[in-house]
Amino acid sequence: MIRKFIYLEWKAFTRSASFGANLAMKILIGFLMIYFSVIFIAMGVGTFYLLKEMNFEPLSTVNRFLIYYFLFDLVIRLLMQAIPVLNIKPLLVLPFNKNTIVHFSLGKTALSFFNWVHALFFVPFAIVLIIEGYDIIGIAFWLLAIFSLIYINNFLNIILSNIDKLFVVFIAIALALGAAQYYKLFDITVFTSPFFQGLYSKKGFFLIPVLILIALYQFTFKYFKNNLFLDAGLSKKEDIATTENLVWLNQFGTLGTFLKNDIKLIRRNKRSKTTLIMSFFFLFYGLIFFGNTHQPPIMHIFAGIFVSGGFLFVFGQFVPSWDSSYYQLMMTQNIPYRGYITSKWWLVVIATFISTILASFYLLYGWEIYLTIVVGAIYNIGVNSHLVLLGGAFTKTPIDLSNAGGAFGDKKAFNVSAMLLTLPKLLLPLGLYGIGLYLGNKNLGLALVAGAGVLGFIFRNSVFSLIEKRYKIEKYSTINAYKQKS
Amino acid sequence: MIQVNQLSKIYNGTTVLNIKYLEIPKGQSFGLVGNNGAGKTTFFSLLLDLIQPSTGNIKSNNIEVNTSENWKSFTGSFLDESFLIGYLTPEEYFYFIGDLRHQNKADIDALLAQYEEFFNGEILNNKKYLRDLSKGNQKKVGIIATLIGNPEVVILDEPFANLDPTTVSRLKKIIKELAQNPNVTVLVSSHDLQHTVEVCDRIVALNKGEIVKDIQTSEETLQELESFFAV
Repeated sequence: MIRKFIYLEWKAFTRSASFGANLAMKILIGFLMIYFSVIFIAMGVGTFYLLKEMNFEPLSTVNRFLIYYFLFDLVIRLLMQAIPVLNIKPLLVLPFNKNTIVHFSLGKTALSFFNWVHALFFVPFAIVLIIEGYDIIGIAFWLLAIFSLIYINNFLNIILSNIDKLFVVFIAIALALGAAQYYKLFDITVFTSPFFQGLYSKKGFFLIPVLILIALYQFTFKYFKNNLFLDAGLSKKEDIATTENLVWLNQFGTLGTFLKNDIKLIRRNKRSKTTLIMSFFFLFYGLIFFGNTHQPPIMHIFAGIFVSGGFLFVFGQFVPSWDSSYYQLMMTQNIPYRGYITSKWWLVVIATFISTILASFYLLYGWEIYLTIVVGAIYNIGVNSHLVLLGGAFTKTPIDLSNAGGAFGDKKAFNVSAMLLTLPKLLLPLGLYGIGLYLGNKNLGLALVAGAGVLGFIFRNSVFSLIEKRYKIEKYSTINAYKQKS
Repeated sequence: MIQVNQLSKIYNGTTVLNIKYLEIPKGQSFGLVGNNGAGKTTFFSLLLDLIQPSTGNIKSNNIEVNTSENWKSFTGSFLDESFLIGYLTPEEYFYFIGDLRHQNKADIDALLAQYEEFFNGEILNNKKYLRDLSKGNQKKVGIIATLIGNPEVVILDEPFANLDPTTVSRLKKIIKELAQNPNVTVLVSSHDLQHTVEVCDRIVALNKGEIVKDIQTSEETLQELESFFAV
């Protein structure tokens, strides 16, 4: 029976949409995967020596922060890891044993990317520890315990995923604990690090997470099995709908009609809500660069563009795919393409504007830093907003609005033309700013970038005409692509 | 109202539609019947400029549909669920289409009141998004939305499929009423010969992309079609 399952899984894997992409795409994805794997492994190896160099005891330092590691892992899982429920339905009426179905679908989650990616860090780290003379048995048990904890998160996610907005609670807990520790009010790690350290130093301690994991698996198994009915665990959740009229937008005419629709789109679908949250995280991107002397100053403009451009990058790059499920409707209605594109443009501009205001906490780093962000916003509004819309004409990936996965950039959404358009989004401002720095004047660099933005804004009518023409040319192939459900 | 000239659609060397000439006069109610793969949906998609013809063209009110977009203002259409916006409530959907067709909220409310019987209390004020409605109820929404803004051409692909018997008979009444209006041209496709014969003045049968029958509806039409499709 298991062989039949594996056969189905293999077919599902090889025939998935992302696998069917063209050769260049496969090479690129492969390349990215290798790249990130190498980075993770390098981190695993490097962490030990880096901490040693900074005069920390590596293992206990890592153990100290593991609590945060697992909290964030859970948050990311709740946000992104999908539960394989849908493909169970056709199996129910076939002569499969229910136990086998549940064991298999739970076992399948064990192989998920969200689990094995941790191995890339922890396994090299453990090997380095052994090489450096740590007790080999202690480390082996420690590693076993860590993996039990990772799988505990895996099954927790399955049980908790039915509860909406839970990740917000965990983010809040993590932030609160982090802040409390930073301001020396309360240090959670005082309580947790002896536990993690004990997994290594105290024999038999590792059994605790292993036993918890076994119990949790039993629980999840029972939970799943009891809910294996169409009207229970396998049912689609229906939302209670509320009619919103958003009358105040009527004064903007056709533009208002579309904006109304876009606001509803964002608020009522899982995928777009995730996107909105992601774009919020972009606000903090600058923290990596500002006030960090290790980063070259040219990277400041990079950060400036990302801080205000979160929404532009994660939402804008999928215009018009957000409307993919009803694109045929749009194409038969009395809609001027211009109005449609303009409304998306305004949405991006408004979001960029709000982000810029929210980013005003960067004023703590000084006026110059915030000025960089404002300049980045001007460039985003003037140039990047047009570029993402233009890129949208080539992005022909249908979006399944109800599915939260893939918000980090759909693999299929990459294509050569769209990728070429991302280059000027970042490289051009980087170059302009670089020229300013080269001439020894930072403000000149900022002025050049802002100037490019203003120029883009002035010529926006002719740019819109160009975009409109492009959308019309791509119309039929876009409709065709959106008909193919992933 | 609608003229078809030398129209063909070819996919990878297979001709899926080939119509030399077809004219649908204004005010006619036109039924398109045929088996699966006969080319009914392909024809409607070409008429709505959703796909490009391999040869020839279609003119709607003397506007060539694949060169100008002006036909959109007088054409209402519903082909399948991809014409619905899943995350809107039915009311919001009607108002949205109304906005695009320059109808205000009162116009839409008046129109909806007219079709209350057709909705059978399952559509309006139900606190459900379109994506959570049953297939049949989704269809009801799509069909009524095509009537917003007094279109001169109404295109419905398989409107009778998925509907319950009561709704089918109510829908037939609605289409007959539309057909009586001399300004409205109705185009309906169906697998169901009897329903089509009941609501249409003229029936065209397609087989493998070719027109094989073109008849004005009369007493004998149903029998003629049934014997044609029987094997």
